[in-house]
Amino acid sequence: MQRFPCPFCGPRDETEFHFAAEAGKHRPEPAPDVTDAAWADYLYMNDAPKGTAREVWVHLTCGEFFVMTRDTATRAVTDVAALPGRTP
Amino acid sequence: MTRYSAIALAREGLLGHRGWRAAWRRVRPAAAYDAVVVGGGGHGLATAYYLAKNHGMRRVAVLERGWIGGGNTGRNTTVIRSNYFYPESVALYDLALRLYEDLSRELNYNIMLSQRGMLIAAHTPAQMEICARIANAMQLNGVDGELMDARRALERVPLLNQGSDARYRCLGGVWQGRAGVARHDAVAWAYARAASALGVDIVENCEVTGIAIEGGAVTGVETTLGPIRTERLGLAAAGATPALAAMAGARLPIHDYALQAFVSEPVKPVLDTVLLYLGTGTYVSQSDKGELVFGGGLDRVPTHGQRGNLPVQETVISGLLEMFPAFGQLKLLRQWAGVVDVVPDSSPILGPVGPEGLYVNCGWGTGGFKAIPAGGWLLAHLLAEGRHHEISRPFDLSRFAEGRLIDEAAGSGIAH
Ligand SMILES: Cc1cc2nc3c(=O)[nH]c(=O)nc-3n(C[C@H](O)[C@H](O)[C@H](O)COP(=O)(O)OP(=O)(O)OC[C@H]3O[C@@H](n4cnc5c(N)ncnc54)[C@H](O)[C@@H]3O)c2cc1C
Ligand SMILES: [Zn+2]
Repeated sequence: MQRFPCPFCGPRDETEFHFAAEAGKHRPEPAPDVTDAAWADYLYMNDAPKGTAREVWVHLTCGEFFVMTRDTATRAVTDVAALPGRTP
Repeated sequence: MTRYSAIALAREGLLGHRGWRAAWRRVRPAAAYDAVVVGGGGHGLATAYYLAKNHGMRRVAVLERGWIGGGNTGRNTTVIRSNYFYPESVALYDLALRLYEDLSRELNYNIMLSQRGMLIAAHTPAQMEICARIANAMQLNGVDGELMDARRALERVPLLNQGSDARYRCLGGVWQGRAGVARHDAVAWAYARAASALGVDIVENCEVTGIAIEGGAVTGVETTLGPIRTERLGLAAAGATPALAAMAGARLPIHDYALQAFVSEPVKPVLDTVLLYLGTGTYVSQSDKGELVFGGGLDRVPTHGQRGNLPVQETVISGLLEMFPAFGQLKLLRQWAGVVDVVPDSSPILGPVGPEGLYVNCGWGTGGFKAIPAGGWLLAHLLAEGRHHEISRPFDLSRFAEGRLIDEAAGSGIAH
């Protein structure tokens, strides 16, 4: 069992967390000007990096989303941060 | 290529097995090829074979960074079936199954295909309705599939827990008699041997590190063994395909996860079919050696590390013991994981991406072993003809921008 650090609750079992998305995606706007390709890119396309990744996760227990930086090959977590505007 | 036969086996037996030749040629890559396939898994090797066999292309190379079959092809639990929901999927997976049915003969290599049937078992009336829906869809699509009641299901799997303490008492399920298992290594080796005999170069320990593009078209690849020129490039690298596509500026709708498999110590025959239990998510078959081969769902943490996590092991193993309490006496022999390329609609991606001349065969996720002959057949068609085969067209990447997903996770309710 791996432990992930929630910025709000501290280290908890990995089963309490859920991967949400790769971080750094920006919703294209305004909607009427967004092409199908740009929307599909935002909605579906990923980098799936091997090595360092910045990802949005949710701690299911407290319900907070946050950004986790970790290595997708070794699974080591290097940083967690609350989303902008949320203070732990 | 020396033909394999009972006579050859007997002769070699008498001569101390000293006459066997390497099954495929060891080669250094040439400077240029008419087509290059990246990834020496089942899909890449089958692609090379069908390029040579169906399209007469002999100047073809398969580049594999490790050893062939060392990726998911050599790590999977070898279940073959075509019990999908959507017509597009059934056309794809049944093409694969039909090719598998004749593959040992065609490639002169025993892939040990055993069509022992597969039961997807249900334990609630709602699940039985889903099973009926899948069976109906299969029949409409012209594939063998039938709804099985509890009595017949228990005849097939008599050890299934039906005691008063059983949490998921079996009500029946969907049955596909043509489903089964095959030997995964043999599929990779058989395609490699047959492709090599037709002139294809199979290059192991050769990692692709870059894709050369000029004027919007592929002109070659950079590799750890030097540059190779080609104008037709196929990517069949499972979880590594997004990184390869990125070398050509293309993005794919893929997340990589670990999928685990487990093998018990060998025992006498106890299970002569493949069983997937909807209630536990665990599936199991028994190998010819007697080991129970089983698995379940994905680890929920995206990863490129080929090892599994403990919570999923616990879920899968407890699922097995719920179904078969007697298996609690067995020792676990081995456990491992592969990095699988998961797509939002649980269907593969086949077709052109990025620059001209670049094609992918990926996104098979947890269920692409069963599709190897079809994936190879279709990527070969794309590379040779430069356009889709009618079976691969629905699986084009454009389905995401067009909102035309083929959502098998929703359709058939099973991920692999
Ligand atoms: C535990 C487990 C159980 C499974 N069970 C089943 C099952 O029961 N039934 C089923 O149908 N499917 C199953 N699958 C899925 C199936 O194994 C895969 O979908 C299938 O094997 C994919 O084949 P492939 O040829 O696309 O990929 P792989 O066999 O993974 O081959 C890709 C190859 O590309 C190579 N490569 C990667 N990057 C590079 C590079 N840069 N340069 C050169 N080479 C590179 C890799 O080394 C690898 O050998 C399972 C998978 C796992 C992990
Ligand atoms: Zn928390």
